[in-house]
Amino acid sequence: MSEKEILPRLFRTEYRKIIAVLCRRFGFDHVETAEDIASDTFLTAAETWGLKGLPDKPEAWLYKVASNKAVNFLRKKAIQERPIPGLTPDESTVNDWGIDLSPQNIQDSQLQMIFAICQPLLPPYSQVALALRILCGFGIDEIAGAFLSNRETITKRLQRAKDKLRENKITLGFPSDPAARLPAVLSTLYLLFNEGYYSRHSDWLVRKDLCLEAMRLTLLLTEYPDTDVPDVSALLALMCFHASRLDARIGSKGEIIRYDDQDPALWNAELIGKGNFFFNRAAQGEHAGQYHLEAAIAYWHTSKEDTAEKWDAILSLYNRLLLQRYSPVAALNRAFAISKIKGKAAGIQEAEKLKLGSYGPYHHLLGYLYSGTDNSRALFHLQQALQLSNTPADRDNIRRDMARIN
Amino acid sequence: MNEFLLLFRRDFKSADAPSPQDLQNAMKLWQNWLGGIAAQNKLVDTGNRLASEGKVVHAGDRISDGPYAEIKESLGGYTIIRADSLEEAAELAKGCPVTLIGGNVEVRQLVPPNL
Repeated sequence: MSEKEILPRLFRTEYRKIIAVLCRRFGFDHVETAEDIASDTFLTAAETWGLKGLPDKPEAWLYKVASNKAVNFLRKKAIQERPIPGLTPDESTVNDWGIDLSPQNIQDSQLQMIFAICQPLLPPYSQVALALRILCGFGIDEIAGAFLSNRETITKRLQRAKDKLRENKITLGFPSDPAARLPAVLSTLYLLFNEGYYSRHSDWLVRKDLCLEAMRLTLLLTEYPDTDVPDVSALLALMCFHASRLDARIGSKGEIIRYDDQDPALWNAELIGKGNFFFNRAAQGEHAGQYHLEAAIAYWHTSKEDTAEKWDAILSLYNRLLLQRYSPVAALNRAFAISKIKGKAAGIQEAEKLKLGSYGPYHHLLGYLYSGTDNSRALFHLQQALQLSNTPADRDNIRRDMARIN
Repeated sequence: MNEFLLLFRRDFKSADAPSPQDLQNAMKLWQNWLGGIAAQNKLVDTGNRLASEGKVVHAGDRISDGPYAEIKESLGGYTIIRADSLEEAAELAKGCPVTLIGGNVEVRQLVPPNL
């Protein structure tokens, strides 16, 4: 991989780790400093690697440079007015400035950073946006895309969120009420996973790293007793099931291969096993929340066989999901499940009630449902889907479906 | 959009006691019917079933048991949906499982009180 390709990838995985550790060291009050140092590190990398080529161990290089920049910053600050907690001029004689970039500290700092950011005093939307920015290294445009918003709105939202955290003197550390914070945290981790799985916002197809990072952080939550609740295991099960298909999802030309066309032999049995393990773990108590239901659906999809039992179960699960909370995706999937049980005509009937005419996947579904019985209508819908689509991978799939009809 | 109350009525006395399988089947039907409304983003409140026991309070603070003893079509439950019109609300109520066992759905618009 050339340094042109590796640097953006490293930005995604390492930026947030560096920030987490620096924030832990400086205090959240100085989050912008941490961001500056982290960004600066990558700028230096871009310049240096462009001239001298890739270092042998890029991550280690980044950590060393970040550490040096942080130390320089601390030295300067030690003789200036605005104090960094726990640092006095006498400490300037100590070599270790506390920039600990060991795996354990990175892990702990990130978890603490998650909780620091996912604060009840911030609107949920802002929590997720801030987490995506600082924890995941998302660009402003990418966050805007995830929320179907725009750059200015997101920038303002992020600034307000940081200001609010600063006003309330939020520091890094484990919260006294982790259970109350978990929904926002899980929502962020789920968003992170989906960003990797669907990768709508960049030229790469599936950012496996994001999926694995999301899973790693979720797993981390299961390792602390206070955060080891069924919803976390359910979310992890869901992620494992989906991730098991990551390798089968990408074709030789980098195109996305949809479920029906995937080769089950490429599905990762170990991940499916892990999914089952966490799914069982999640099956405690009465509560079956969104993640439980989605994990159950994902479980059924780990077997390609189209049995009546499978689709009855899936329909029931989508019904339960919708009764908890409306989502266009769940509504469309429900219509698809009905078509599997009662045939395409019934599916069309259900789908057309949804009236999601400005939503691409709606037309894509109708295109599939009409094909074979009314091909001109099917093509009409696929054409709509094409116009509404916002990723090249998606458009390729739609074109392939259109070609199959013609 | 307005909100509408769906009142489910059926004849308690003539109904046979349902078997566990009947209950299971009924649950699936209700879940799917409500799910269909929810899928259209028209479900406001899944509502509740109503226990068969009831009391009626009359003038003069008189309390009697019922009303199932007096009224053939007794209320079994309710759901709240949203729709643009009474006609649309009635359309949404079609296919309600209560109609499969000889019951019916009364559809009434909710009118917020001016208190």
